[in-house]
Amino acid sequence: MTDVAIVGIGMHEFGRTEDVSGLQQGVVAVRRAVADAGIGWEDVQFAYGGSMAAGAADTMVSHLGLTGLQFINVANGCATGGSALFTAANAIQAGAYDVGIAVGFDKHERGAFRVRTGSRGKDWYGASGLALTTQFFAMKINRYAERYGITPRTLARVAAKAYRNGAENPMAWRRKPLSEDEILASPMLSYPLTHYMFCSPGEGGVALVLCRADQAHRYTATPTYLRAAVVRSRRFGSFEVLSPWIALEDAPGPTVDASRAAYEMAGIGPDDVDVAQLQDTEAGAEVMHMAENGFCEDGEQERMIAEGETEISGRLPVNTDGGCIANGEPIGASGLRQVYENVLQLRGDAGTRQVPGDPRVAYTHVYGAPGISAVTILSR
Amino acid sequence: MAQVPVVEDILELSDEPHLVGSRCRSCGTHVFPRQDGCPRCTATDMERVALARRGTLWTWTVQGFAPKAPPYLGDTEHFEPFGVGYVELPHELKVEARLTEADPERLHVGMEMELVLVPLSTDDDGNEIVTFGFQPVEEERSS
Ligand SMILES: [Zn+2]
Repeated sequence: MTDVAIVGIGMHEFGRTEDVSGLQQGVVAVRRAVADAGIGWEDVQFAYGGSMAAGAADTMVSHLGLTGLQFINVANGCATGGSALFTAANAIQAGAYDVGIAVGFDKHERGAFRVRTGSRGKDWYGASGLALTTQFFAMKINRYAERYGITPRTLARVAAKAYRNGAENPMAWRRKPLSEDEILASPMLSYPLTHYMFCSPGEGGVALVLCRADQAHRYTATPTYLRAAVVRSRRFGSFEVLSPWIALEDAPGPTVDASRAAYEMAGIGPDDVDVAQLQDTEAGAEVMHMAENGFCEDGEQERMIAEGETEISGRLPVNTDGGCIANGEPIGASGLRQVYENVLQLRGDAGTRQVPGDPRVAYTHVYGAPGISAVTILSR
Repeated sequence: MAQVPVVEDILELSDEPHLVGSRCRSCGTHVFPRQDGCPRCTATDMERVALARRGTLWTWTVQGFAPKAPPYLGDTEHFEPFGVGYVELPHELKVEARLTEADPERLHVGMEMELVLVPLSTDDDGNEIVTFGFQPVEEERSS
């Protein structure tokens, strides 16, 4: 099977950009990615892309140039970006193309995601006040915290790290450090999670140029290689976002399945990972996802986080770009943002937030509705 | 004022209101709301069942801000935080529901809960639209 390399990365600033559509932010990301790879749009043979709320990705060809390339839209909830990357990699592995693009972008209204689960008059779930993703994240960490001894202080430490790392990231939305006490004192949105522990729906775009690994050096002196890209959906018995009911029996979630499959595909274990970007919809998610992705046992996070192990200078730096908490969550772009950050870290181009010690292996993880998870592993 | 359920076929109003689910005749799995295929064993032989009215709290939170309307039908102008949780109905399933208790000090995993009706708003005909929720069993005894 042909190996796949990432040879160009481009991002439109995350946050709020008035007067620039989500699609246009995707266009900017693509232009920056092809420039980074040292090619032109006319050299791109294929593209996979998507957004949740900002339109069909393939319409961006009218801005980028009508070259006639194969452009396929991807819509896969919170794993849209991960699915675009996975599918683009498959196209190269299958030998269909040599070089192409994965792109994701989005632009969401302010406030919590407005979720509709049925047509007018049938949407009992939303009508009853249950269609909020925030409730799920709160209920999952509330049960987990009681069971495994995770304190509110630890949740605040995770969020404080996100804002601190975001302050070092010129592409991030939230760039002002906040103290743990400020985070704990902010309004309680959904017990035990306060306002500053949550990420917000936002805007942004990310594009990646992928090519056959044996051609990578035509484009860059510092290619990164895609060692695994896995998408998994939920199985019976797992506890997932926006579920009116769950089974009596417990099963691990799609994150555990995706993570194990990715390690197997890459022939790499969690101990080999030098930097990880883990879905931090809120601070509790980062804590639980550390265990679900195999980086620790349940409950170990309390000590690890207190001792700074997930800081940029720590043993396992997590969410070095500030994660979703500091970048916001434009759904279509969010998973690709994590890969973008990892490419910077592996190239040694992450500036003041560069992980020391010349990292070689980097991991990304997305989780979202309706119980879906995407994992990638990159190496130099 | 007459009461109407937020959606038919989810919630049956009677002296003893109850949720309506499906049970798989092949493997016994319960689901809510009703569906025609079993997510556990993939069989398609599902029967309509009334779900249990009592259970235990499995996890919980408190909804601290007004949900967006639409789709929310409740009062967003004079919003009062409400509890949300999963209640484990013995031998059936865990159902997500509003809770009548919104004080974190008075909510804990494992407490006994029972089904109640929760008013959301009034329809054009003057009927009270109700959804379902669970209240702590102790609370009822003391009142
Ligand atoms: Zn069955």
